[in-house]
This record gives sequence, C-alpha cells and structure tokens, in this order.
Amino acid sequence: MEAKEHKFHREEGFPWKHVLGLFLSVLLTAIAFWLALATHQPPALVITIIVILGVGQLLVQLYMFMHFTESDDRAWQVPAIYFGLFIVFCVVGGSIWIMTFKSIVA
Amino acid sequence: MHGVVNWAVHFFMLDEGPLIWLSDFLIICASLGIVAVLTKFRLWKWLWDEWLTTVDHKKIGIMYMIAAILMLFRGGTDGLLMRAQLAWPNMHFLSADHYDQIFTTHGTIMILFMAMPAIIGFFNVAVPLQIGCRDVAFPYLNAISFWLFFFAAMLFNLSFVVGGSPDGGWTSYPPYVENQFDPGPGENYYLVALSITGIGTIATGINFLVTILRMRAPGMTFMRMPMFTWSVFVTSVIILFAFPVLAVALALLLIDRDFGSHFFTVNGGGAPMQYVNLFWFWGHPEVYIVILPIFGLMSEVISTFSHKRIFGYSAMVVSMVAIAILSFVTWVHHFFTMGAGPGVNSFFGVSTMAIAIPTGVKVFNWIFTMHKGRLEFTTAMLWSLGVIPNFLIGGLTGVMLAVPPADYQYHNSYFLIAHFHYTLIGGTVFGVFSGLYYWWPKMFGVLLNEKLGRWHFWTFMVGFNICFFPQFFLGFMGMTRRMYTYPAGYGWGVVNLISTIGAFLMGVAFIIFVYNILWSARYGERDTTGDPWDGRTLEWATTSPAPHYNFAIIPTVKGRDAWWLMKQNGESINGPKGVPFRPIHMPNNSGRPFIMSALFFILGAGFVFQWWILAIVGFVGVLICMAQRSFEYDDSHYIPVEEIEQTEAAAGRL
Repeated sequence: MEAKEHKFHREEGFPWKHVLGLFLSVLLTAIAFWLALATHQPPALVITIIVILGVGQLLVQLYMFMHFTESDDRAWQVPAIYFGLFIVFCVVGGSIWIMTFKSIVA
Repeated sequence: MHGVVNWAVHFFMLDEGPLIWLSDFLIICASLGIVAVLTKFRLWKWLWDEWLTTVDHKKIGIMYMIAAILMLFRGGTDGLLMRAQLAWPNMHFLSADHYDQIFTTHGTIMILFMAMPAIIGFFNVAVPLQIGCRDVAFPYLNAISFWLFFFAAMLFNLSFVVGGSPDGGWTSYPPYVENQFDPGPGENYYLVALSITGIGTIATGINFLVTILRMRAPGMTFMRMPMFTWSVFVTSVIILFAFPVLAVALALLLIDRDFGSHFFTVNGGGAPMQYVNLFWFWGHPEVYIVILPIFGLMSEVISTFSHKRIFGYSAMVVSMVAIAILSFVTWVHHFFTMGAGPGVNSFFGVSTMAIAIPTGVKVFNWIFTMHKGRLEFTTAMLWSLGVIPNFLIGGLTGVMLAVPPADYQYHNSYFLIAHFHYTLIGGTVFGVFSGLYYWWPKMFGVLLNEKLGRWHFWTFMVGFNICFFPQFFLGFMGMTRRMYTYPAGYGWGVVNLISTIGAFLMGVAFIIFVYNILWSARYGERDTTGDPWDGRTLEWATTSPAPHYNFAIIPTVKGRDAWWLMKQNGESINGPKGVPFRPIHMPNNSGRPFIMSALFFILGAGFVFQWWILAIVGFVGVLICMAQRSFEYDDSHYIPVEEIEQTEAAAGRL
C-alpha cells in the first residue's frame, strides 16, 4: 500500500450513477427473462434481442460501475478491452465454427 | 423415527463400508485434535488475530501453501487407492462406484485445490517482494480470494463422507452428469465448489494484474521485472479471460441439475458437446495457468544457482506472451474425437504444435543460462533441473497427441494419462517443490534440510518415472482411462504392478518431505541474512521472513536483477544512509473475508442439497457482508516511525 491514497478522490454526494446503473442492469436482465419465459416469439428473434441486451449490459457495467473512462497515468483498460475482444472472437466465433459439426453429422 | 435413521445412514454414507467409516474416524480425530491443541495452548485468539483475519500477502501465501500440501496429501491418497486397485487383474479392493468417485476427486483436487493454491501461494509469497511494494493492490480482496478457495475446498472434500462424491470425472461431461443419469448431490458438490473457488481465482487474477501494473518500485520498467513476476503477469491475464468461461459452463450445468433446464441434455434441444467446448475453452488455458508460473520460478532458480543472469531475457518474455495467446486457440485438441471435421481438427492440431516452439525457446534459454555458469546443485536447483527432461517427455508426447488422426488412437488411453502426468507432475509438481525449497527460508526464516531434500527429490524422481513411464506402453497395449479393473491375459498385469510400485515410492517421497518440514522447523538452519542463496531479486534484500511492511523505504531499481546490482555497488536496500523513515500506510486486518466465505459455504451447501432456505440464508449473509464493507471508511492505519526504526535496527539495516 502506497501512502498516496489521496490521489483517488472520494466520491462526493449521493452516488446517482451507481443507482441508475443498478436500475438499468436489473431492467436489462428482467427483459431477457421475460422474453425467454413469457413471450412466444421465434427463438432466433429472442436470441438476437438477448444478445443486444447483453451488449447493453456490458456497456452499463463498464461505464456505470467499472470507472472505464477514468485513469490517472496510462489507460491499461484499453489494451485489456482489445484482448477481451480477441477472446470473445475466439470463444464465440470458434464455438460456432466447431459446433457446426452437428449439421454435418446429423 | 425409522425413516429418519435410514435417511441419516444414507446421508452420512454409513452403509458404504469401511473406507467411509475410517475416513469419518480420521476426520473426527483430526478435528478434535486441532480443537484440543488450540484450546490447550490458548491459541484461538492468536489464530484469529494473526491468520484468519490477516490481509498480509505473506501470511496469505503461507496459508495457500499449507492448504496445497494438505490437498496434495488428499489427492495423492486418492491416487494410491486407484493404483492399489489397478495393481493386478480382477482386483476387488474398490467397487466400480467408489473407483469412479475417487478418480473424479483425485483429478479435481489435484488441479483446482492443489496446483492452483500452490501457484497462487507463490504469487503471494514472492510478487509484492520482487517488485518492491508493501502488499498487493487489493489486500482485502486477496483475503476473500483465499477464504473462498479454502471453503470451496472444504465443501468439495466434505462430499467424501456426506452425501457422496461426484463421479463424472474431473471434466464432468454431460449428458452423463445430468440428473437423469447421475442423481444425488455428488455432481452438485463439484459444480458449486468449483464455482466458488473460481470467483476467488478471478479476483486473484485481477489483484495481481493491477499490482504488477501499478505498484512496481520506481525504476522497475517492464523489461526489468524478474522473470517470475513476468510469468505471474501473463498468468493473471490468462486467469482473467479463461475462468469466466468455466463459471458460465458450470452455472449452466448447475441450472440443468437444480432447476431442470436443458442446456446440455440430449432431449429438449440441449447440446451436451457445447459443455465440452466451453469447459476446454477454460481447461486448456488452465494448464498454462499452472505451468507458466513454474517456468517463471525455474528461470529464477536456474539463474540464481548458476550465478548468472538469465540467458535471453527478451526471448523468455516474448515466448511467454506467445504461449499465453496460443493457449486460447488450441482447446479443441481435447476433443478431436468429437468429429468436428477435418478443417477444425487440422487448425487446432497445428495451433497446438505451434506451442512447442515458444516452449522449446524457454528450454534452450535455461540450458544456455547454465552454460559456463558457476553451478550449485541445491535441492531447489535439482527440482528445477528435473522439470526439463520430465516436461520434455510430456511436451513431446503432447505433440504426438496433437496430430488428429493419431489422436484417434491415443485418445483416452493410458498414453494420455501418462502424457498429462508428465506435464502436470513433471512440470507443475516438480516446479512447486523447487519453489518451496527456494522460498521456504523467505516464508519461514528457516532453510529446509538439503540432505533430506535430496532424498525427497531422488525418491520422487525415480518413483514418478517408474509410475508413469510404463503407462505410455499400457496405452499402446489398449488399456483405456478410467477402467476400474481388467481381466487377466492382456499382459497388463505386470506393467500395472510396476506402475503401482512407482506410485508408492512417490508416497514415500512425500513422507520424507513432511519429515523434512518437521525436522527443519526444529533443527533446521536459521536464515539470519535474509539472502541464503546469494539471490538476485528484491525478495532477498529484506529479512526472512520479511517485516510486515516489506520495505522501510521503497527501493529504486536501476536494472534487471535489482538486488544483485545493489550488492555489486555496495548499496543498502534502504538507500543512502540518513534518509529518514516516514510512517507507512497499511491496510487493517478484517474478519469479514473469513465470515463472508463461510456464508458462501452455506450458500453452496444449499445449492448442493437443494435446501433453498439454507441457500437464501447464506446469500443474504453474503449481501450483508458486502454492504457492510461499502460503509467501512476506517480500513487502514499507519505504522509509526519508531516501530520501523526498531524493526530495521533489529535487522541491522540502520
């Protein structure tokens, strides 16, 4: 622990940003559940909407909770996000590619 | 009344025979013994104040190492039980059910509850000292990581005597592990315990990533970091991106089992192979998580005991980064036989073979580091050198397995078993022992005995090779993984017997190791200098064990092998004489990580047995702990200058 804790200022006033973030993240989750359980739309449509909601959730988490835009010397979160995108590409793209075997086997 | 008794007998598995009764007896004896010792010597307050509430990375590191050694004992006992069962054809020492449970717990414990805490223990023991800082970036979170791991390990081990162990293999593939085929709490234990320890591990990844990015001593640029710190940095990145995938796979399977969804079932639109795909997206990087830090610490050990700087520092760094990236694009080689088609299998076969290149670079660099060095064959050095031939065999057989058409022959045979034990024991376990002998004085202020250490090393080295080398041939002879017995007449009997003898030799080596710890604690050479090996990196610049605040004055780093340079130039770790000390800001201890993790245990038990009230109690407790933390403003203190002066004077550094 460095003795320079005053570098990070304490947040002043009521944390409205966090409350809004909590509200939005709960809302996005609730919509996803409602779509899957209570509506009878075609699965492809439901999945597409849930993916879009998921991206929204990601942005809420990054901007409302994770101090994504703050940094006081180098913005290490930027390369981390790029590497994250690479991993997402691997796991999503790779899985789709690998799991298409079902259509060949079946 | 009768019903309750019946339920209890089944629940506590008293109808399962003498192995369970013996375990019950031993667990009760051990628990009573611990309570008695703590009470007799009035150690409860000491235990709570010094250990259970600590946020000090050095103490957390020690607790990780103790837990890892205990789990090595548990996992090793499982291994010996299996080898005893397989020693000869048609043995009936274990039933098929018990054998299934034991190979599952063996694999799971060895990877998640032995290798992981050993690795993370070394992170804690060495990294903050090596980069010249006073603790990790988030000490409180570090305590949470440890206690989550600890309670998850307890929950998992409890399965042996309460409700039944998981029996789906350490990979826990559906559809077999779905409720339909494998009812009961066993698999739930696996899913819940791994999820809980996974949260802790992700937190550790974040913690060390931030620590290394933000808390290096002034002057320590990236290319001046010790090799071990580099390996921890790379490993933390892998942890951060691989473990969430496991968390998702486990959660989906748990939802299948607890709430009847159909993610991985055969009917209802589920895709069992999707679990396999997700599992190995974590599982392959995981094997690099447990080997890269070993590569890092081997580099330290070999460089220290060759009394030379590491050969090819930049090549070492580049090869580790390359391994990290490649580790995310090879996972299909674990299930080539799924039949994803020639395109997919060829791609992943080639990407797997590509990993051999950076790994080879590292092996050559270690050899060239020794070239023309002043070699000193201490026990730590022997263990590190032992990795090279053993891991080479593991790696080369890995390249053989990476060829998809050939893999169809080797897949799930004893060839595979031999291969991954050569990488995980020949690499990780040998490396962990190397690290233990190397950093033991830094952790406890005592050196382990070298003579006993040699006995430990050679017994283990010989036993390990006798145990696992014959298994390559068993694989070629057609013996498959996870078979609990086999008929006579295949010619497997003698080979298996040899393998079992080797396994018991490894057990003997473990006993020598434990004896060495006990002997050294009482009679071992005390490390009074803090630098018993003539070390090169900053952890050897301070006392053994390091003072609570690590460094009275944060050192300024002028090059690679910072402490070596300081010694060459005759400098003190506290800088030029007469620089005044300033009060040091340190985090407060807290009991909340322990309590919160205990509540996670209750939450987990609720999910295991589907006792939802228990789960809700645990969950609400966890939420209360988190809320309390949010309103905790007084969470740190200053160490006054007088105390620092006293400590530094006692260490002879004034």
